[in-house]
This record gives sequence, structure tokens and C-alpha cells, in this order.
Amino acid sequence: MAQPTTNRELTVGVGAGGLATADMVLNIGPQHPATHGVLRLRIVVDGERIVSAEPIIGYMHRGAEKLFEVRDYRQIVVLANRHDWLSAFSSELGVVLSVESMLGMEVPERAVWARTLLAELNRVLNHLMFLGSYPLELGAITPVFYAFREREELQAVMEEASGGRMHYMFNRVGGLKEDLPAGWLGRVAHAIAAVRSRMPDLESLIVGNEILRARTRGVGVLTPETVAAYGVSGPIARASGLNIDLRRDAPYLAYAGLFGEGGPGRVVTRTDGDCLARLEVLLEQTHVSLDLAEHCLDVLASLPQGPINVRLPKVLKVPEGEIYTATENPLGFNGYYLVSRGEKTPWRLKLRSASFNNVSVLSELLPGHLIADMVAILGSMFFVVGDIDK
Amino acid sequence: MTALEVTLRAVAVLAAFLVLPLLVGQTEHKVMAHMQGRLGPMYAGGFHGWAQLVADGVKFVQKEDLTPAAADKRVFRFAPAIALVPYLVALSAIPIHPGVQAATLPASAVFVLAIIGVGIIGTLMAGWASANKYALLGAMRAAAQLLSYELPMVLAVSSVCLAAGSLSLAGIVTQWHWWWLAWQAPGAVVFLTAAVAELQRPPFDMPVADSEIVFGAYTEYTGLRFAFFLLSEYAGIVVMSFLFAVLFLGGWHGPYAGALGWLWTVAKAFAIAIVIIWLRVAWPRLREDQLQRLAWLVLVPLALGQLLLTGAVIAVTGS
Repeated sequence: MAQPTTNRELTVGVGAGGLATADMVLNIGPQHPATHGVLRLRIVVDGERIVSAEPIIGYMHRGAEKLFEVRDYRQIVVLANRHDWLSAFSSELGVVLSVESMLGMEVPERAVWARTLLAELNRVLNHLMFLGSYPLELGAITPVFYAFREREELQAVMEEASGGRMHYMFNRVGGLKEDLPAGWLGRVAHAIAAVRSRMPDLESLIVGNEILRARTRGVGVLTPETVAAYGVSGPIARASGLNIDLRRDAPYLAYAGLFGEGGPGRVVTRTDGDCLARLEVLLEQTHVSLDLAEHCLDVLASLPQGPINVRLPKVLKVPEGEIYTATENPLGFNGYYLVSRGEKTPWRLKLRSASFNNVSVLSELLPGHLIADMVAILGSMFFVVGDIDK
Repeated sequence: MTALEVTLRAVAVLAAFLVLPLLVGQTEHKVMAHMQGRLGPMYAGGFHGWAQLVADGVKFVQKEDLTPAAADKRVFRFAPAIALVPYLVALSAIPIHPGVQAATLPASAVFVLAIIGVGIIGTLMAGWASANKYALLGAMRAAAQLLSYELPMVLAVSSVCLAAGSLSLAGIVTQWHWWWLAWQAPGAVVFLTAAVAELQRPPFDMPVADSEIVFGAYTEYTGLRFAFFLLSEYAGIVVMSFLFAVLFLGGWHGPYAGALGWLWTVAKAFAIAIVIIWLRVAWPRLREDQLQRLAWLVLVPLALGQLLLTGAVIAVTGS
């Protein structure tokens, strides 16, 4: 019988001859509850065991990079916080940092600390989202409500300052849109304390649950070599033992001090590289980010009054040149490669997003696992589809 | 037994079959919501959304009844009935009060176990006839699950039957003493675990696994047929909770059992139903092979040990 080589026959059952079985092609997505939007995985399964897997992306491609080229630097910020809708503030940051360093602009100290604070709160919001949604993929329906209660607490203060709940649009070239509201720092401190006090509830539901541990331990082990080969970054890379974090290794904003000697910042790593390790990194990073945010609050309270942004010219033109700025976004490296020809719009603005690399490793990771594990692994790659497709 | 009496009993069972699953469903809505810091349904019917499931039923009736073009149409349409009816039949054999049960059978424990085992065929039929890959995976998972829970469940029930010296559920309750709670505790744990696996409820909901295989065998179902599958799940909870109450918690035994026995049975069953709901709120889902492992390495040995213990106690006390 002339059959493609991928069709293997094995005999199951009883009686004469048994049953011929063949591999089955299964499309996970683009509309599937585990893909958080429109990621599509084309997997070949033998029974429930995955023979090969191929992520198919592009269902949400919006041409962000081309759109950047026809917008001035103020307008780009609106667009730049959209590709990863869970890390809006951090993605805005990369753009304004690029422009500021091209301009050689000095940003007021209050703005630097306020940005750091908001970036860390954004990181907590992002991580809480995944701490809630990941158990959902494993069939635990309750943690997401716990996580969202905490998210609500922090979103309230983010909204008070910026007016936005997801797409903050609070960064401007040279600082922030406007000063922080009166009494806001106290309310942030209160929110952080509230979140911190209730984190153990969430933790015990997630990493304290023996079924969840059984479903994630030893599943989807990612080796440091694979991490390096695919350019995987962020919490996923650190869960495989890669001690790399741009906040410490290439400090921007106020991170040099925070991650320096005696600072509250520390890089969370694990060595197992499995789904559980990735989840634990996320959980511990949430605590570290809360520490960092608290430290920023203290500093902000001690800083004297002063401007929070720089007056900009009517038409903002960036001098000719090019720059690559990478920030440690909640999900990994987020880089902007800005090429300017002295116009008020960039000539090219290329985006390196974290999720694209993090998801491309799936074809390496999935074969050999069961479909149930596929969902566990997919969820533990902590991706945002917009961040993959741009 | 006159024809009138038979009709009355049948109507009573049918009424219980239609009302109790809704009660359990509504309880799940509210209990789960409050465990998760939500309110649950609040609008339908006015008082705390009491009519939510009635409204859901009305919605299901209005939906288009779709049969996929590639489906094995007759099997596809027939499957929900196969899933639902066994629980109705099982309910009729459960005693709730001294001398009160719809159908008096000499070996009702065996009958109930046998008839409950039929329900899974509905899932298999649905999964196979849907001509859908996800549905097929769900059906295969259901079949794999069947292998793991049936044996421990039968062993756990046989231990109680041995203790009572009777295969009749009413006979078991009559023989029951409070110290059986401790004596039959391992069997009770095994039975509850197996029952949750049989019901395909979390943490053993792998055959439906909405985040993996998008509701498995029920993927292609819409409208009333889908509602029947849902109803069979909740009817299953009712039947399993009553069985647990009758087998392990002494059914109608309790203060004023002569007058309030039925209330004791219902209350005990309801408490078990809440435990089954609670499991869903608290736990993620196991993998199919993890359930197999649990069943063969923990549940079966535990059930056999219980059987041994029961036999030994009977041999020593000579009753």
C-alpha cells in the first residue's frame, strides 16, 4: 500500500488482523479556548500523543511596524502599547526611551521614578493575568477570580493616574502625560499592601495544589540550549536557568539602583525548565515587582516637587541616526529598532516582541507530549497573540 | 400494585428527576459563585436568580437543532437519550424512606450499578457519531475513564452489601449502624472518587475538558440535545449523591426517622452534592493516565482492602 511516510500503522485490538491506525491532523485554533485569541497550532497526533506541531501565526497581524512609519512620535505611543495589551505601559516605554536617547533628552527624576513604579505595577498586572488564566487551562476555574480581584485593586490606581485600564497612554517623550494625582502614592501603597496580603490565597490555590503540580512538574522541559537557540526571553528563559534580566543587565529608568547592591530587585530563576518552574518564576516575580514598586513609592515620596515632563517643540523631529532599545517587558525582551532620517516620523521602526520568540519554540517542545500536556505547555509559554503577530 | 399506583409512582420519579437536577444546578451556580467572590445569577425570577435554569431551559428549546452533515445522524440524535434515561431508571430504585421507593427490587444495588454503567454509552455514541476529531478524542477519553472507575465502584458497593448481607438498597439501610461510618470509610472514599469520575466532573472531567478538547463528545451538540447531556450530568450528581447517602451514610437513619426519614436521605444526599460541586471549584483537572494510575494503584487496592476488612469483621463478629 503506498502511503505517505508519516502514516504509521500499528495493530490494536483483538481478532484477526486488528485495526489499522493512522496519525490524525488536528487543528488547535485559530478559535480554541486554550489559544487566547487566534494562535493556531497544526498538530499531528497518534492517538493523543503529539507527533509534530507547527504554530501558525499571523491571524492578528495588523502591520504595526508599517503603521509606525506614518505616525509622528506622539502618535506612535498610542500604537506601541497595543501589540501586547497586557504590557501596555512597558511597551510605551521602549518607544519614548528610544526617542529620548536619540534626542539626548534629560528626563526629570520624578518622571524616571514614576515610570519605574508604573512599569512594575504593569508587570504585576500582567503576571496576575497569567496566574489566573493558566490554571483555567488546567481546569481550575477559581484562581482567575482571585487574580482578577487583585488586578482590580491595582487597575484602580493605574486608572486614577493615567485614565486607562489597559492602554494607559501615559508616557510622553520627555516624561509622563501629567503629574500624579494628590494623595495617589498613599493609595498605591494601600493597594500594594492589600494585594500582598491576599497573594497567599492565590498561591495556595495554584502551586499549593497537588493536582496542578502533578500536571506541570516535568512537563514541557525547555533546555537552556533551546532557550538560547530560539531567543526565548523573560520568565520562560529564567525558568530554564538563564540568569538574564535587562533590568539588571542593561539598566534603564531607575533599575540600576534598584537592582544594584542592597536594592530590593533580584532576578528570579529556576533550573527545572518545566511548566511548574515557569509558573513559579511568574509568581515570585510578582512579589519582587511589588517590592520594587514599594521602593519606588518611598523614593517618590522623598523627592522634591518638580516637573514630570519636558516641554516639547510643536513639531518633534528626531535627528538622523539609528538606535535599538530593549526593555525587560513582563513577557520578555521588547525591542524597538528606530531609524530616523531627521523627519517627524521614523523612517523605520522595527519591533522585536517577546511572545513571537517564546511561541516559536513550541514546535520543538510539543512533540512527544499528550494533548492534555499540550494545553499545559501552551499556557505556560505566557504569550499574548497580539505580541506574536504585531 | 394497581395501574394507577404504577402511574403515580412513575410520575413521582419523573417529577423528582426533573426538579432535583435543577436544584443541584442552581445550588452549583450559587455555591460556586460565592466561593469565588461572585454573586452568581441574580436577575432571573427575581429572588436571587432562582429561575436561572428555567430561563436556560427556555433558551435551549429555542435554539436550532443542528446535526452535522457528516454525522451518523440516527446515532447522533439518539445519544442524549441513552445518556439521560439510565439515571431516571436508577433513581426509581433508590429508597428514601422506610418502605418508600418507586420500584421495589430484590437486588436493587446490582440493578442501579448496572443501569448507571449504560449512561457512558451515550457519550461514546455521541463522540463517534459526531464525525468530529475533538468529539472522537472525548469519546476515547470517556472509554478510557470507564475502565478506571467501574471496578473500584463495584468493589466499594459490594463491601457494603457484604456488611449488610443484602443486595437490596433498602436492606442495606435497614441493617446500617452508625459505626459503619468508620468501618466503611475507605470504601466510601473509593465510591465518591469513582462516582465523580463516572460523572465526568472535575477533577476527572477529561472527557469534556473544555480548555483542551472543547467539550469532547458534546462539541457538535446544540439546543435541546445539548441540554439533555447537561441534564444527565446533574441527574447523575443526584443519583450518585443519593446512592452515597443510602450506601454509606445510612439513608433515612437519624432523629425522628419514622416521620422525617425522607428528609434525612435528601439532606445527606444534598450534602454530598455540595461536596461534588466544591471539588469543581477547588481543583484542576487530572490527566487521563493519572486517573488510570490513581484507579489501579490506589482505588482498587483500597477497595479490595475494604472488602477484606469487611469480611474479617463479619467473620469475627459472626453476624
